[in-house]
Amino acid sequence: MPEKRIVLKNCGVIDPRRITTYLDRDGFKALKKARDKMTPEEVIEGIKASGLRGRGGAGFPCGLKWELARKARGDEKYVICNADEGEVGTFKDRYIMEGDPFTLIEAMAIAGYAIGSKRGYIYLRAEYHHLLDLLTNAISQAKEMGFLQHFDIDIRLGAGAYICGEESALMDSIEGKRGEVRYRPPFPPQSGLWEKPTIINNVETLMNIPQIILNGAQWFSQLGTERSKGTKVFSVSGDVKKPGVYELVLGSHLRELVEGLALAEKVKMVQIGGATGRVIPYEMIDTPLAFETILGAGAVTVFDESRDVIDMVYRTTEFLAEESCGKCTPCREGMEVTLEILGRFSSGEGTEKDIIILQELSSVMMLSSLCGLGQAAPNPVMDSLQYFRSAYDSRVWKD
Amino acid sequence: MNKSKEMIPIQGKGREDLVVLLAETQSKFGYLTGELLIEMAKSLGLSVSEVYGVATFYSFLSTKPLGRNVIRICKSLPCILKNSQTIIESVAREIGIKPGETTPDGKFSFQLINCLGACDEAPVMMVNNDVHVDLTPSKISQILRSYK
Repeated sequence: MPEKRIVLKNCGVIDPRRITTYLDRDGFKALKKARDKMTPEEVIEGIKASGLRGRGGAGFPCGLKWELARKARGDEKYVICNADEGEVGTFKDRYIMEGDPFTLIEAMAIAGYAIGSKRGYIYLRAEYHHLLDLLTNAISQAKEMGFLQHFDIDIRLGAGAYICGEESALMDSIEGKRGEVRYRPPFPPQSGLWEKPTIINNVETLMNIPQIILNGAQWFSQLGTERSKGTKVFSVSGDVKKPGVYELVLGSHLRELVEGLALAEKVKMVQIGGATGRVIPYEMIDTPLAFETILGAGAVTVFDESRDVIDMVYRTTEFLAEESCGKCTPCREGMEVTLEILGRFSSGEGTEKDIIILQELSSVMMLSSLCGLGQAAPNPVMDSLQYFRSAYDSRVWKD
Repeated sequence: MNKSKEMIPIQGKGREDLVVLLAETQSKFGYLTGELLIEMAKSLGLSVSEVYGVATFYSFLSTKPLGRNVIRICKSLPCILKNSQTIIESVAREIGIKPGETTPDGKFSFQLINCLGACDEAPVMMVNNDVHVDLTPSKISQILRSYK
């Protein structure tokens, strides 16, 4: 399936500092259509019918999330755009915001209308401080043009914490607290920011909204697979000749992205979805990229034949151990023990028993961690044990 | 370091502004001293442990002295694949300190941090809020010279 620019339609085409260039490309027409010709319920029905699912990694149906927030009781409701793109190897949201901040703003205003919210936040990671001016400028231009009369958008800058990309930690961070994960239920559409009904959507998810409103749900749901509609924006890096951001129709094959577009050669493995993502050996390069197979937030890091799988898993685990928020025991302690064991394999001092412990520990973490970080943290360990077992076996200490 | 006694104004600010206030305080005073944290806690009606907990949670906030310029080099995998180790070594050589340290003249602090989200242009580093991409060891000295 070919490249198709829906989310990236305006990137590199409009001037992100001049709203008029956005208006020339149907900018803010979707907001006008939603407000003038559709009820909030019709907007939500449209998003539901489109099949749009969250692009931040979890894949929750977007329209359903909005509907829950719409129906939830609350004197105040909030729309949050998750721009805390911290997953290792992901940079698509940066690229999107750099190229087209206006679509994001329009989409948030549509979301506000749909759920009955007057206030939105963009939670921007501290590492993207360089985008602050651009976003602030875009919001004030939209305000001056009268597009934000019913909806106000504030930017909250993060302060360096991977976990704040997790929605409940993100809300705690906006509230001025340590970004620690919350127990759920209640889920954000019922009780989110300051315990008010809240929707949290990834940058890329929101970018799809205006075109779904303008072109209709059916236009969108024609693209993709049965359970994965539309396109996905991928961030490709590592051992490739052309690293960068590529947008493909969902269901496209990994080979097309990695070899066809990014021009990788002699691929050994691909990590998809960043640190908590999956490790795919080259033999599985024809896997389709979709929610029902493998996707994450679209980070695609390519490793060629010269790379060592244990080293890759060790460094990934090191990252996750450092970024665990520390609230729940399985993740906080489990990551440290996993790292210690992987350290032994790195230095060729693993034992047969270590492999069994790694497997047991991984299943406990997947089952009992409080959030996606701890639940998915064992993925690289489990995948590498499955596909690259000989790398472990060859590092078992033999006396 | 600018040691004016004036705290960041907090009238009308509340609990939800704590992360922002700490970041502003840090950029004014250089780092978050115990004194500043106690003062902040009092003004916002929070416990000191709560404020300290937040100040030590986020990697961009620091309760230890920082240099005037903070160099942050990405240590995550996509940068490692693009030889970030050579960048780390050239920065260390250029300013004469190891990651985690601050130069004796207080000009630079040097940290290794997690993915900066610029993997398409790896290896990358931040100096203060500036992102420098496509680094090679030969570019380091010129980049660092532009910081006072």
